[in-house]
Amino acid sequence: MSDWLKKFTNQPNSANEAKERLKLVLIHDRTDINPEVMEKLKDDLLKTISHHIAIEPESVTISMLHEGREQRLVADIPLKHYDRSKVG
Amino acid sequence: MTAKIITVTSGKGGVGKTTATANIAVALAQMGQRVVCLDADIGLRNLDVVLGLENRIVYDLVDVVEGRCRLKQAMIRDKRFDELHLIPAAQTRDKNAVSPSDMMKLGDELREEADWVIIDSPAGIERGFRNAIAPADEILVVTNPDVSAVRDADRIIGLIEAEQKEPAKLIINRMHPEMVQRGDMLDAEDVLELLAIKLIGIVPEDEHVIVSTNVGKPVVLEEKSMAGQAFRNISRRLMGDEVPLLNLEFKDDFLTKLSRIFK
Ligand SMILES: Nc1ncnc2c1ncn2[C@@H]1O[C@H](COP(=O)(O)OP(=O)(O)O)[C@@H](O)[C@H]1O
Ligand SMILES: [Mg+2]
Repeated sequence: MSDWLKKFTNQPNSANEAKERLKLVLIHDRTDINPEVMEKLKDDLLKTISHHIAIEPESVTISMLHEGREQRLVADIPLKHYDRSKVG
Repeated sequence: MTAKIITVTSGKGGVGKTTATANIAVALAQMGQRVVCLDADIGLRNLDVVLGLENRIVYDLVDVVEGRCRLKQAMIRDKRFDELHLIPAAQTRDKNAVSPSDMMKLGDELREEADWVIIDSPAGIERGFRNAIAPADEILVVTNPDVSAVRDADRIIGLIEAEQKEPAKLIINRMHPEMVQRGDMLDAEDVLELLAIKLIGIVPEDEHVIVSTNVGKPVVLEEKSMAGQAFRNISRRLMGDEVPLLNLEFKDDFLTKLSRIFK
């Protein structure tokens, strides 16, 4: 069903729900990475990176993107804001 | 003469592989092509009954592989088309009676016998599936527009990729246009977006399929059946014709969306 029609009728739409659920299931099936593994990966990454640079652990996001049948792990790691006046 | 080998497979069972194999084979034969269909679902033989040829079986696939008969002896001629043949699966053996390299060898021999070899694969991701796809030039994955069938199709498509075969093409079978319209069934566009592969046809849910299976006369032989028309279209696409998707009584809005899929 077209998106405008869905909005227009505003009815619960089980096909949409099926599609959203499938999207998530397929990501995990294709990569063998479940949410638990992702969390562990995130912790390990944070630890390693923190050894070298100051980062904002709470703002780090790690996500799986897919383009066609290709999967890509994307990490967004904001650095800690430096207060230059305190340096030197 | 050298045949093109097409394997029809799926992740989930019961989605319509055997129905698709029989109908594509008969539709190709109707177009004057020489066709051999091969039932690779060892232990769960079915293509013979769907084609109405169950009473003619003497030898089977395993007999050929194990050298108990010549290839030609295991090729059962169809009642309706002289140039359509079936090699049945063995019913009392298991999938391990045959290996992927046996299938490659058999495929090479069959290439000399026809224009098309259509292989009916068992469902799933094990030996039987690997046997069935080993000799394939082209693989058609059948799914239904439901969550578990699509999920299992994705697994199979991944395995086909890993075998470095040509990308598989998708048949979406048992589509209910009115449920799609209501928003209660995944539409073709959703399924293609999720699986990220090319479509070769959409087959509607159609009572004619069950009736035709009851009597062993594939539904493509039924002029009026929508499913029959859909399978005829798939066969024409295999032949390289550009055939628009069926009008499954979608509203215009759907049709235009569907026609975009084929670009
Ligand atoms: N388009 C359709 N409309 C109605 N029934 C169908 C359709 N396609 C398949 N079927 C029925 O679904 C069942 C399973 O089909 P089959 O071809 O044996 O699946 P598979 O070989 O994948 O196990 C059969 O009873 C068949 O008649
Ligand atoms: Mg079958």
